[in-house]
Formats: sequence, C-alpha cells, structure tokens
Amino acid sequence: MAANSELTGLTLAQARDALAKGETTSVELTEAYIDTISTARPLNAFVTETPEKAMEMAKASDARRASGTVGAMEGLPLGIKDLFCTKDVLSTASSHILDGFQPPYESTVTTNLWNAGAVMLGKLNMDEFAMGSSNETSHYGPVANPWRPEGDNRTFVPGGSSGGSASSVAAEIVVAATGTDTGGSIRQPASFTGIVGAKPTYGRCSRFGVVAFASSLDQAGPMTRTVKDAAIMMGSMVGFDSMDSTSVDMPVPDFESALTGDIRGLKIGIPAEYRIDGMPAEIEKLWQQGEAWLRDAGAEIVPISLPHTKYALPAYYIVAPAEASSNLARYDGMRFGLRVEGQDLTKTYEKTRAEGFGAEVQRRIMIGTYVLSAGYYDAYYLKAQKVRTLIGQDFEQAFGQVDAILTPTAPSAAFAAGEKSGDPIAMYLNDVFTVPASMAGLPGMSVPAGLSDNGMPLGLQVLAPAFDEMTMFRVGGVLESAAAFTARPNKWWLA
Amino acid sequence: MREIPTNPANLIAGETGDWEIVMGLEIHAQVSSNAKLFSGASTEFGADPNSQVSFVDAGLPGMLPTINERCVEQAVRTGMGLNAEINLYSVFDRKNYFYPDLPQGYQISQFKQPIVGRGMVTIELSDGTTKEIGVERLHLEQDAGKSLHDQHPSQTYVDLNRCGVALMEIVSDPDMRSAEEASAYVEKVQRIVRYVGSCDGVMAEGSLRADVNVSVRRPGGELGTRCEIKNVNSMRFIRQAIEYEARRQIEILEDGGRIDQETRLYDPNKGVTRSMRSKEEAHDYRYFPDPDLLPLEMEQEWVDAIRASLPELPDVKKARFMADFGLSEYDARTLVSDRESADYYEAVASGRDPKLSANWVTTDLFGYLNRTGINIAESPIKAAQLGQLIDRIIDKTISGRIAKEVFEVMCETHQDPDAIIAEKGLKQVTDEGAITAVVDQVIAENPDKVADVQGGKEKLLGWFTGQVMKLSGGKANPQAVNKILREKILGG
Repeated sequence: MAANSELTGLTLAQARDALAKGETTSVELTEAYIDTISTARPLNAFVTETPEKAMEMAKASDARRASGTVGAMEGLPLGIKDLFCTKDVLSTASSHILDGFQPPYESTVTTNLWNAGAVMLGKLNMDEFAMGSSNETSHYGPVANPWRPEGDNRTFVPGGSSGGSASSVAAEIVVAATGTDTGGSIRQPASFTGIVGAKPTYGRCSRFGVVAFASSLDQAGPMTRTVKDAAIMMGSMVGFDSMDSTSVDMPVPDFESALTGDIRGLKIGIPAEYRIDGMPAEIEKLWQQGEAWLRDAGAEIVPISLPHTKYALPAYYIVAPAEASSNLARYDGMRFGLRVEGQDLTKTYEKTRAEGFGAEVQRRIMIGTYVLSAGYYDAYYLKAQKVRTLIGQDFEQAFGQVDAILTPTAPSAAFAAGEKSGDPIAMYLNDVFTVPASMAGLPGMSVPAGLSDNGMPLGLQVLAPAFDEMTMFRVGGVLESAAAFTARPNKWWLA
Repeated sequence: MREIPTNPANLIAGETGDWEIVMGLEIHAQVSSNAKLFSGASTEFGADPNSQVSFVDAGLPGMLPTINERCVEQAVRTGMGLNAEINLYSVFDRKNYFYPDLPQGYQISQFKQPIVGRGMVTIELSDGTTKEIGVERLHLEQDAGKSLHDQHPSQTYVDLNRCGVALMEIVSDPDMRSAEEASAYVEKVQRIVRYVGSCDGVMAEGSLRADVNVSVRRPGGELGTRCEIKNVNSMRFIRQAIEYEARRQIEILEDGGRIDQETRLYDPNKGVTRSMRSKEEAHDYRYFPDPDLLPLEMEQEWVDAIRASLPELPDVKKARFMADFGLSEYDARTLVSDRESADYYEAVASGRDPKLSANWVTTDLFGYLNRTGINIAESPIKAAQLGQLIDRIIDKTISGRIAKEVFEVMCETHQDPDAIIAEKGLKQVTDEGAITAVVDQVIAENPDKVADVQGGKEKLLGWFTGQVMKLSGGKANPQAVNKILREKILGG
C-alpha cells in the first residue's frame, strides 16, 4: 500500500491512470484523502466533510470497475463548492441563512460527475453566496491560502469566491474541485493558489441546482492541478440540460484531445487596455514572459484593442448585484433555512435577513435593489446592459483577428487576510481582468505561470471565443509546459 | 386613448350634474394546461393543500424555470380570439416583491414586451347594440399561492398549489362607460377563452377574475383619478362593485373632495369597496428581464399552424347563423353563447328547418337544461333525438302540440321520439274517414253552434277544431280536421 502523500500527490490524470492499471483503488485513494483532509483543518477549506459518503461512493466505484464499467472520472475523489446543491447533504452557500438546508435534489453538474464515477469528499468553503474575492465573507470563517511568503507567518487569502476549492486543490487534500465563476471566482483564486481554474462558455454547464448569485453570469468549472486535469474534468461537468433554459445544446468535444502541445500559427491577442495604471511590475513582467513563451512555441502575437474594458467592472457591479438582489429574495425564512421570528411578517423578514446575510451580501442586495428601482433603472441597469453588449462586441471583433487572448489573471498576487476586507472597492478591483470575459460569456482559464517577488503564485489568463474551449485548452497546455510551474506550498498547517 | 362618444343612457345624475364612468379592466384568466407555466407540477383545482408543488414552485435554491410550450400556445390562441397582434418575440420579466405566498420573492411576468399586442373585442349590449372595446395587450405570468388566514387564530397558512400556474393577463383600454358594458366585456372575454379552449372561465373557482379600474368625470371631460378594484370574481360583483365605486367617487367629488389613486377591495357581504393600499404604499416592483429565461421566440409557421387549428369564433359564427340560417340576432347570440350550444344547434339544424330547429333548441331544450341544471355537453337528449322529433313534425307524423308532449317524455326517459310515439300511439290520424266520423259526432252534438257558424261566426270553427282534436286525443291532423269541418258546416 502506497503512502498517503504518494497517492494524494497524483494529478487527476495520473490517479485515473493508476486506477486503470490497478495500482490503486478508489477506496485506497479516498481513504488517503480523508486522512489528509483531517490534517489540513487549519485551512478551513471544508464546510462539511462527508467521509462516510465518500467511502460508500468509492466502494461502489471499485465495484463498477470490477464489473467493467468505468466512467471518465471513475473513482476520483473531489471537493464540491458549497454552492452546488447535493442531495441530503448540507448545502449552505456558506451563508447563515441556509442553516441546516439539506436539499432533496442534486445539481446537474454534480449529478454528471457522479454519473462519470467521481467520489465526493465534502462541501467546500466559499465566499457567502459567491460574493467576494478573498473568501473572507463566509459564515463559516475565512479560508487560508496554503501558500505563504517565505518567512511570513500571516495568513494569506486564497482568493474568492471559490477559495475553499482553490485552497484544497493547492494543498492536495482533494484530487480536484468544482468551482463557480460569476466575475472571476474560479480564475482569480486559481491564480492566487498556483492551480488551474477553467470557466467554460456560459451555457455549457447547467446551472440547475447551483445556488444562484447572478444568473446571467454564473458558470461552473473545474479547479485542478493541471490543464489536462481541467480538460478531463470539464468534459464530465458540461452538457445540455433541459432543466436550465440557458443551457446550450451543443456537441461536447473531447477537451483532453485539445492538448496537442502545438500552437504554431495560432494568433494570440494582447489587449492594450489590460495594461492598467498602477499594475505591479511583476505582473507586467509575467505577462511579457507569457507572450514570449507563446511566441517561442510558434504563435503569432497580435496587439489588439478591447476599447470598453474599463467600463466592464463598473457595469458588472451593477448587473451582478441587480440579479443577486432578486435571486436572494427567496431567502425569507418562510420555507427553509434560518428564521428569526419577529412580532409580525415584516419584522420576521427583516430579522431573518439581517441576521442571515453577512455584510457583503447585504451590500450587494442594497446596490442591486437601488439600481433596479423606479427612476434609476435606465441610468444604471439599462446602461450597464448596453455596456455589456459593447463588451461582447469588442471581443467579437478581436476574435475576428486572433484565436485566443492572453492577459494576467489578477492584478496582484494573494494578499494577507484582512488587508482589503475593509475596502470593498479595492476588493472589487481584483476582478478587473476576469470580469470582461464573464460579461461576454466567454471561456477563460487561469494557468499558474510564475511566482511573485515574495514567492506567491501568479497566473496568466487565456480567453477564447464562445464554445471554443478547445483553443483555450490548447493554448493553456502550451503555457503550462513553458512555465513549468513546479513550486508547491510548504505545508505550514502541518507544523 | 380612443375618443368614444358619450352615450346619454350611461350618465349618472349627481347633485351637481351628470357624471360619466370610465373603466378599463385587467382580466386574469388561468390557462388550461396540465402543468404550470414554468414547472411540471399539476394544475388541477381542489387538490389537497401543497400537494401540487414542485421544487421550482417552492422557490428552493438553485431551481430554474423552464417554459411550458402548451401555455404559450394557449396565450397565442387567446390572442387570436381577441383579434390581436401576436408578437413573435417577447420577454419574461421579474416583478419583485415579498409575500409568503410568493416563494421566489418575484413573480415571472411580461412587462415591456408581451406575447400579445393590440386587439379588439366586440361586446353585445341588452339594447341590441354592440360596442368595440380595445385590448391593449395580453401577457403571460405566474399566479401566486394562496394565503389562508382562517385556519388558525394567530397564524397564516400558505397553500402553494396555485403558485406558478399560468395566467393570461388581458388588459383592456379604458373604453367602458357602464357596469353593463364592463360585465358584457368580461362575458365576451370569457366566451372567447372558452371557444379557443385556453381557459375554463369558471369565475367561482377563480380561474377568471377581474381588476376593475374605475374613474368618473363630467361627460366627455378630463379623465378623473382612478381606483383599482382588485380580484372581483363574479359578474354580479363586478356590476355591484362598479356601481358602488362610481357613487362613492361622485359623492366625494360633489362634496368638493379629491379622489386618491389607490387599490381597493370589493366586499360582497357589505356591498362596498374598501381601501387596500394607497399609491404611496404601492410597491416598486423593480421589473427587469428574467436572466433565467431566454426571450421567447416563436416561429411564424408554428403560429400559423395554431391559427389554422382555431375553431370558428363566436362573432363569425353568429354572423353565419344569421346569414345562412336566417336567424334573428337574438337567437343567433343565444346559440353562440358557447361552443357546445352552437355545435348542438348545428347538428339539429343540419338538413332541417333552421328556424324551427332554433326554436326547439333555445326554448324547449335550453328550458329543460336550465330547469335541471344540466350542462349542454352532458344533455341526455342528444341532438339526433331532437332532430328526429323535428322530423316527425315536418313529415306530419305528429303535430306541434303532440311534439311538446313527446319532448316532455324524452326529458323523463331519454328515449328516441319514434319509440315514444309508437309506444304511446301518438301517430297523427290523417285518415279522412276516421276524422270525418269524429267531425260528424261533434256537429251532431252542437247544432246551435253549427248554426252560429253558418250565420257568419266563422271564428267558432276554431272551437270545433278543438273539440275534434280533444276527442281524437290530439292525434288528428289539424289541417285535415279544418278542411273537413269547413266542408261539412260551410259546404266547402
């Protein structure tokens, strides 16, 4: 029997192959992860651990394999962001208001993963209702980044909102994790923790059973150790779902087959507008390095313009809160979750929602309510939607010239806990490079590409045209090989 | 707003002069379909509370709406019935407000781009005139659940069975000027939705209900401030609520007061309207396009196929009945009041005298059905049977009077008229010998009356006919009786 760290050190693709060769079993792999999770609690990556369920699923997987049935994710133990509803398992969106909520249904994305043979280790911590960029807004406490700068004993944030997912993948306490991305919630934490995070085109992954934040932007995706892992896992998450009216009925290609390592002749766009004022030199340097890697691999680098980029973030912070203010109206204490009794109906609503929602969620509900109000709708919501259309057109024009776009994922490396939590605007600026693609519904991924001056991971972002995840993975794979990112966090939580 | 000439008959006399009521209606018609607008849950009326609720209806986290094509089709059919524009592109919006019977915290409705645009409905009034009422729009929306305040002394219960059921909201122009016009409009819309089969139109079950916007003004003058009377659910209450509300507003204005724009409720027990909420308390619904749903786009061919499948609509049917069958406006209107009656009539009239058929259907059959409270669709007397009865009148097997008797038996036994005629021996006697024998008997018994007739009182012949008919048990052919009487008494 292999040592735990040997098993948990395997990438998703390696574990898949080891299982196929009979070198290990899902039960063995799952046990190794359950043990490792128990040593990593200081990360606070999980809201709910489900070891019994995991073992049950692992045994069933091994039995299926023995009978000759092997799914694409057969036997692989995953962490699931707590935004996904999982049948009979506490599903909280990291909010107090969903206290005790055990849905009687399973999200489509997790159903797809279980149908592909995957095993659930538990539910991962996140920013409350996926609102945040540092995983500091969770009712269940902040998640810690497995990375710390050398000689620095402070806790660093893993990014957000999929902070638990990012942290657990980077700490190797799950093979891979699901994330969701509304304005960068997969890509930014992937960048902060040195892992791969990929968001498919809006409409690829069903939103059925995923607690809604901003319906027109929310999209699930894989968070993994390698590009190949992301390609494999995304293939098992996506697919048309008649239960989601915005789900797209398109053939699902074999994403793994995109990883040819050959990008000769591809045109890669470098958008001038992403070179923002005050961008740290180390980010600029990494971006230029990425350009050089792709050029060296035979791609043509093309300067492009995405003229409406600077309006993307303000427009996003109108559209997303507007939708959220309506999506979160159902948390009223009447049917499930938290209820704080008041002397009448209105007071019960007020007390429940005041106690049940944290400060950031309340802030966004108020922003959203405001921008949809009579007299303000045209000036804010409608204008933001127009901006959104223009952003989409920017990308359409750009993709007339280039096959993919390369940008930094985030304007900085991970910061220390508490450093920005008092300044919402500074926090929102984390999403400046990820939000435009979200507004346009485009696929994007973050690939770990280097370390900051203080030794924290940095990612580069690859954007591709709608439904062209194949090109995204192809470029991402080459970037990954060129970057040869092998650094790992020193496991401070074991000390 | 369309200028409608003031009809003096509609004016209400106040202390300070005449007043005119101006009304527009919003009718909510529940779509006939097996499933709700955005979930697969059943829509059957009268089920146990909360037994027809899907996770979508209950607003559980992560649940998403998916549109029910049947409901869309029904809205299109209704739009066609209202002679309205069908919008191939429409958008669903969220109307946001908090209430326990609204689990999502918003109602999915259509705000700026409804599925059906402008239309026109012709209403028929008791004085025989008609009037055109403009339809502004029809949109699809979800119904809310029901709050039950009478189940517990201090708590409110919520039944979500109705939550998510598809409603068509039909918004009229402010074209109505009297309570009669308003109820005639509701009746007409009810008839149209029943014809096209998009709503059962049962007001008592709430599947058709109306919000009435009432204002008063000086005849032809500036529009007054309106009050909206919510959820009135019978024709009678609509008329009563309007009469009361108009009077209330006139009294306030004549006392020098001002009408506050507000939402009111009609209390049928007290016969009054009460304030529900003022304009200041009105919700800001924060409408915005529902991001969970794509805009609704319909293919022209699909819409054309629906149009081709539409039944003949009541106005067209009425015109045809008048033109082809020579029916009076009144009879035609009565017969097209619902599809079943019209179909029944057409089956009876097929190959027979249309006016005679209309008389039998509207007088005898409807009389019987009204008496017994039976719906025409369930009539135990089938159209073929009534037709057979009429055939026996035409071919002189029985007289009109005997036919009434046969009909009474049909009501009791539901037998075929031929069987009743045979069983009871009601076949008309046309044999002149048999009739002559009875005529001779009557003449012999009444020599003085014979003399009177011969003396010029020809009207008395009718009395002789009656006597002969009586003695023959009504079976003698009345024309034959008359002919023989004339010959015998007046010498032909």
